[in-house]
Amino acid sequence: MSVDIKIRKGFNINLNGEANKILSESERSRTYALRPDDFFYLNPKLLVKEGDKVKKGTPLFFSKNNPRIHFVSPVAGEVLAISRGEKRKILELVVSTQNNINDSAIKFKTTNFEKFSEEEIKDLLLKSGTWPFILQRPYGIIAQPEDKPKAIYISTYSTSPLGVDFDFILKNKKDRFQLGLSILSRLTDNLYLTVDSNFPSFYKNIKDATVLKVKGPHPAGNVGVQIHNHKPISPGEKVWTVKPEDVSNIGSLFKNGEFCSERTVAVVGPSVKNPQYFTSTIGASISSILKKIKIDESKECRLINGDVYSGKTTSIDGYLSYSDNLLTIIPEGKKYRMFGWLPFKDNFIPSISKTSFSRFLNKKKLEISTNLNGEERAMVVTGEMEKVFPMDIFPMQLVKACLNNDIERMEELGIYEVVPEDFGLIDFSSSSKIEAQEIIKKGIELIINEES
Amino acid sequence: MEFIRKKIDIIRKPFNKGEKFERFAPAINAFDTFLFVPNHTTKTGSHIRDAVDLKRTMVTVIIALLPALFYGIYNTGYQYFVQTDIDFTFFDAILHGSKKILPMIAVSYAVGLLIEFIFAIYRGHEVNEGYLVTGLLIPMIMPVDIPLWMVAVSVAFAVLIAKEAFGGTGMNILNPALTARAFAFFAYPTYMSGNKVWVSEASGIDGISGETILGYLAAGSNIDYTFTEMFNGSIPGSIAETSTLWIIVGAIILVFTGVASWRIIVGGILGASLVGILFNLWGINPLMQFNWINHLVVGGFAFGIVFMATDPVSASQTQTGKWIYGFLVGVFCILIRVFNPAYPEGVMLAILLMNVFAPTIDHYVIERNIKKRRLRWESSKINLT
Repeated sequence: MSVDIKIRKGFNINLNGEANKILSESERSRTYALRPDDFFYLNPKLLVKEGDKVKKGTPLFFSKNNPRIHFVSPVAGEVLAISRGEKRKILELVVSTQNNINDSAIKFKTTNFEKFSEEEIKDLLLKSGTWPFILQRPYGIIAQPEDKPKAIYISTYSTSPLGVDFDFILKNKKDRFQLGLSILSRLTDNLYLTVDSNFPSFYKNIKDATVLKVKGPHPAGNVGVQIHNHKPISPGEKVWTVKPEDVSNIGSLFKNGEFCSERTVAVVGPSVKNPQYFTSTIGASISSILKKIKIDESKECRLINGDVYSGKTTSIDGYLSYSDNLLTIIPEGKKYRMFGWLPFKDNFIPSISKTSFSRFLNKKKLEISTNLNGEERAMVVTGEMEKVFPMDIFPMQLVKACLNNDIERMEELGIYEVVPEDFGLIDFSSSSKIEAQEIIKKGIELIINEES
Repeated sequence: MEFIRKKIDIIRKPFNKGEKFERFAPAINAFDTFLFVPNHTTKTGSHIRDAVDLKRTMVTVIIALLPALFYGIYNTGYQYFVQTDIDFTFFDAILHGSKKILPMIAVSYAVGLLIEFIFAIYRGHEVNEGYLVTGLLIPMIMPVDIPLWMVAVSVAFAVLIAKEAFGGTGMNILNPALTARAFAFFAYPTYMSGNKVWVSEASGIDGISGETILGYLAAGSNIDYTFTEMFNGSIPGSIAETSTLWIIVGAIILVFTGVASWRIIVGGILGASLVGILFNLWGINPLMQFNWINHLVVGGFAFGIVFMATDPVSASQTQTGKWIYGFLVGVFCILIRVFNPAYPEGVMLAILLMNVFAPTIDHYVIERNIKKRRLRWESSKINLT
C-alpha cells in the first residue's frame, strides 16, 4: 500500500487506559463555559453581561483583532458568570441552562446552500459562530476570513498518547462529515484529508478532498508535522486546519441551519477504571462528563483537557475545552524517589532514553505521573530533540533563537512551520527538562506582536 | 526511605524559600537531589516527563569511565613494579595505583566542586552535574606523578576560565577536562612530558624505560611492545588512556545507552585510519611507518575520541556536524602526532582545535538548512505571482 506521508522519527509512548469503543451520552450539564484561552492569541470583547438570556448561537464575545469572528453560546440559557483574572482578562464565561429547558436556537437559512458563493459560505460560518473551528498556520491562531488559504488540512490520524479513534467518533456522522468536507472544499483549491495508512476503509468513498495516507509514530498525527512533510509553509502563505469532528459540525450547520456544538469526548488515562467515549457539548462541565466514570481515587489525580503532552490542566469544577476530544486523567507525582539517577532503575517510568528498559515493558507495568523526574538544567545533551522531531528544522537552535528573542533567526530556522504542540515530545524527552512548548509559544507571540 | 526523607526535610528547613539561608539552597539541593529525585511536578508544557535527567546521563558517563579507571589504577602499579624489578601481586599493583590516583581524584573533585558551588550560589541556579564527569576525567588524563597542587591549579583554571567565564555548564567552547590538561601541559612541561613522568616514582630511579610509545617513535627509535600489549594497555602513558580494551567497554556502554554520539566516535576512527593509511604508504620516518591500526590503540586517541570528543557541549551540535567534527578530530590527531614531534600526543590538541571549530561546522550545517528554506520561499513567491 502506498504511503503519502511517511514519518520515521518520533515515539509512541505505551500508556494504560485507552478508551474502549463504547459511546454513551453523558449526563446533561447544567453549566457550560467558553474560555478565550482555549484559542491562541485571542483578545475577546464581550457582547453580553451577567444575567442576559441567550439562545444557542447567540454571540457571547468577538475577537478584537477581527470583529467578524464571533464566539457563540453552545446552549440556550442565561449568562451566569463572567470570571476575570489579572488586568480584567476574561477567563471564563459561564452559561447556565437550569431555568431554560427548551433549546431555542438561532436559525439561519441554508436551503440550497449548494448555490452559495464562497463569500456567503464564509459569512454563514462567521455569523453562526462556526468560524473558530478553522485554525490557521502559521501560528495556530484562528483563521482570517479575508485570506484565501493555499490548502486546508484535516488530520484524522491520531497518534497522541491514548488518542481518540476518529473513525469511531465520526461513525454516526459520516454524512455530515462529507457535507462539511464539501463546504470546506469551496474555500480552497486544495483540501487534504490525512488518514492512518492502515485503516483507510472508512474514508474510501470520500468526495471533494484528497486523501493522504500517513504512517509513523507520534507526532505523525500532528497536522503541522503532516503539512511540513507534505508541502511546507513559506512566509506569506496561509494554510488552514480543521479538526475532524468540527468538519462534521460545519456540515451540520449547513444541513440544519444552526450552530452545532457537538463534542465527543474520550475519558482516558491510567486513573480511569472504565475509559470510554461520551457524546457531549462544547464547554460542558467536567463533572457532568465524569458522572458515569469510575476513577481510581487512591491517588491524587490531574485532569487534562487534551493529551498528556500538550493538554491544559483543568479540574473537577472545570469545563471541556473548545476543541479537544480527549479528557486525560493521570496521577499526580508529588513523591520523592531515591537514587533516581541510577541508570536502569525505576523502569516503570516511561522513557525514550536508552538508560531505561521501560521501552520493553508491557504497558500495564508502566506507571505515569506528573513528576518532573529531575530538575531543570542547562541544555547539555545534543541530538535528543532531533530524535523526536520529524521536521527538517533544527529544534534546539530554534528553541535557543526563541530564548534570545531573535526574530530574524527564528524566521530563518522555520518558526512559521511549527506550533507549540509539535514540541510536546521534546518537552517529554528532554534530559535537561526544557520547557520547549512554552518557549516556542512565547516566540510565536513575539512574532505576532511584532507584525501587528 | 521515609525515615531518611524526614531527616533531610528537617536538615534542609533553614534553606527553604523565605528562610534564613535561602541563598545557599543550591548547595543543600545538590546533596538532597543526589539522594532523592524531588517531588516537583510539571507546571507548564508536557504533563509527563521522561525518567532520564542530566544526573542520570552524567552518572552513565561515570560508569562508562570506571573500567578504564580501574585498569589505569592497576597499570600504575604494574608499570612501577615491572620497571623497578620488584615482585608483586595483582593487589600490590592495585594498592600502589590507588595510593597514587585516589588523592588526585579527591583533589580534583574538592577544588572543582567548591568553585561550582560558589558559582551556583552566586548566580542563583542549581549545581549542574557536568563537573562529576569533568572532575573524574581530569586525573584520568594526567601523568601519574604530577604533584597534587598542580592538579588543583589546573582544575581551578579549567573550571574558572574554560567554563564559568563562558557562562557555566552548557556554554563552554572548550572541553574543560582537556583545558585542564592543556594548562598543565604548557605551564608545567617538565611534569607533563619526557621519559620520566609516565611511570610512578620514576624520577627517583635511574635507567628507567618509561617513555611512551609515541615518545619513542618521535625520537626516531623503534619500539618493542606487541600489539596485544598496546591494546590491553600494559604500557606507560597517562593514567587511564592506555587500555584500548577497557576504553572499548566504556564506548559500548556510552553508545548502547545513547549518551555519547556514535557519529563522532565512528567519524574519528575513520579520519584517523585514513590519515594513518596514507602515512603508511608514504612512510619516511618511524611515526609514518607505524602501522595505522597501532596508531588507533596507542596514546590517547581511543580515550580522547570516546570520552573527550563526545562531550556534547563542546562538540558539534548538529548530526551532520558530528560526522565532520569526529572525522577531523581523527585526521588532526594523526597529523599532529606525525608532523610535530614536540607534541607526540596529538589527540588533546586535535580535540581542543576542533572544539574551537565546532561552532563553525554547525554554522555551515545550519546555514545549508536556512538556504534550502530560503530557496523554497523564493520559488513559492514565483508560484504566487
